[in-house]
Amino acid sequence: MIVPASFGSQFSDAIDFILHKRESVSGGIQVGGSELLGLTATHLYLSLAAVAIACAIAVPLGLWLGHIGRFEFLAISISNIGRAVPTLALIAFFIAYLGVGFTNVLVVLVLLAIPPILTNTYVGTRQVERDAVDAARGVGMTPAQVVRKVELPLALPTIFGGIRTSAVNVLATATIAPLASVDTLGTPIISANVYGDAGRLGAAVLVALLTLAADAGLGALQRAVTSKGLKTGAREPRRRRLRISIPTRRGHAT
Amino acid sequence: MDWLLAQVQIRSRSGEGCVASNGFCPDWIADNFDRYVAPFAEHVFLTLVSVGIGFAIAFALALLAHRRRWLTGPITGITGVLYTVPSIAAFFLLQPLTDRGNLTAIVALVAYTLLIIFRNITTGLRNVPGEARDAALGMGMTDWQMLWKVELPLAVPEILAGLRIAITTTVGLATLAFFAGGGGLGKEIYADINFKSNVVVAGGLAVLLAAVLDLIVLIGQWLLTPWRRAAHA
Repeated sequence: MIVPASFGSQFSDAIDFILHKRESVSGGIQVGGSELLGLTATHLYLSLAAVAIACAIAVPLGLWLGHIGRFEFLAISISNIGRAVPTLALIAFFIAYLGVGFTNVLVVLVLLAIPPILTNTYVGTRQVERDAVDAARGVGMTPAQVVRKVELPLALPTIFGGIRTSAVNVLATATIAPLASVDTLGTPIISANVYGDAGRLGAAVLVALLTLAADAGLGALQRAVTSKGLKTGAREPRRRRLRISIPTRRGHAT
Repeated sequence: MDWLLAQVQIRSRSGEGCVASNGFCPDWIADNFDRYVAPFAEHVFLTLVSVGIGFAIAFALALLAHRRRWLTGPITGITGVLYTVPSIAAFFLLQPLTDRGNLTAIVALVAYTLLIIFRNITTGLRNVPGEARDAALGMGMTDWQMLWKVELPLAVPEILAGLRIAITTTVGLATLAFFAGGGGLGKEIYADINFKSNVVVAGGLAVLLAAVLDLIVLIGQWLLTPWRRAAHA
């Protein structure tokens, strides 16, 4: 079953496909190399647009729901239901009912991106310490100021966690956009009769690298937007001192 | 190269009106429902085997990280990479190694469940109250006894929460397993993606499967944590 000999050659062929143009398997057109730039651009543009629209919808909604502290069931269960709906079925459903094209895929990806951002924004806002909110009210902040100056900054790391999850999901799902006639990096994967095995493997490598880069980039951004007071470094010493004050506890338990 | 075409023969449908116009046709669904039984069974198989193996591996890793704290970071990092690589890419990245078929599908799906389950088990174990541990130590329990009799039972809600996320996610991802040659409901969706009846039935069965498995885990949690029921009564 395991074929180490062909393993290396298949991957080097895939890398060659990423770097250099070649005649397509079906003939007539040039694929690979710089042709992939256009596919990558559409892939990124589609994903970025979907995540941006989802943020514009889910962040204000989540902040508002979290601020008034109601509809918890809605905010949480939406993301559970969202996970259970297979994206392939969702895309197929939209193709069957609304037809193919960029807008339809965009709508599907927005629907996919909303739940994690909504849930994380809600949870992040609810987790803000009540003392901080009370203090903000006490110094005379209006509700809008409380949201903007206290709840949003303190919830930002959690919100970014949601955006990161959504972005990775969307980048992954944009791979099946060719089913709805939008050419992304999924095209070489799905149209293997044109791109060949090297094209399919090469595109899979690119998609994997793209999501890993997005995840790492957004992770760095998440740390950058975390306010200094929230970083673990600021909290750790205090907790550690508490631990030491209980001499009976064995080290391994904590 | 021909496999996709060979595997997914575009189904010829005869019929008039509703069926010919790709509509949502209750009559057609009633007549053709049996064709979804085998793919549904494949889907159940893929999900249960993948989550089962994933749980076993993640559980072992979590116990290891529980004893050797410093391993938590590296394990989270590695399983995080596996989790981030899109499953559809993983299905193809694995093929030079494992060829096409259920094995490839299962390896990719298992890789996807690891982070979710690992993270929940370690969080659950970490959230066990120190008092409970102290009491266990005071009773003279060994580390191993404390783990199985105190820590793991108290962590059950978080562990099962992770299992539920892993199950619903895997049901969804298994619809893409046909790219790896693994069959399942996704193959049916893909075979006739323009036909509303087909898409609704196959997609609906996947959602139903996720809901039923989720409910089973919830019932399991109810049975495994009698003390929580007592607290509510």
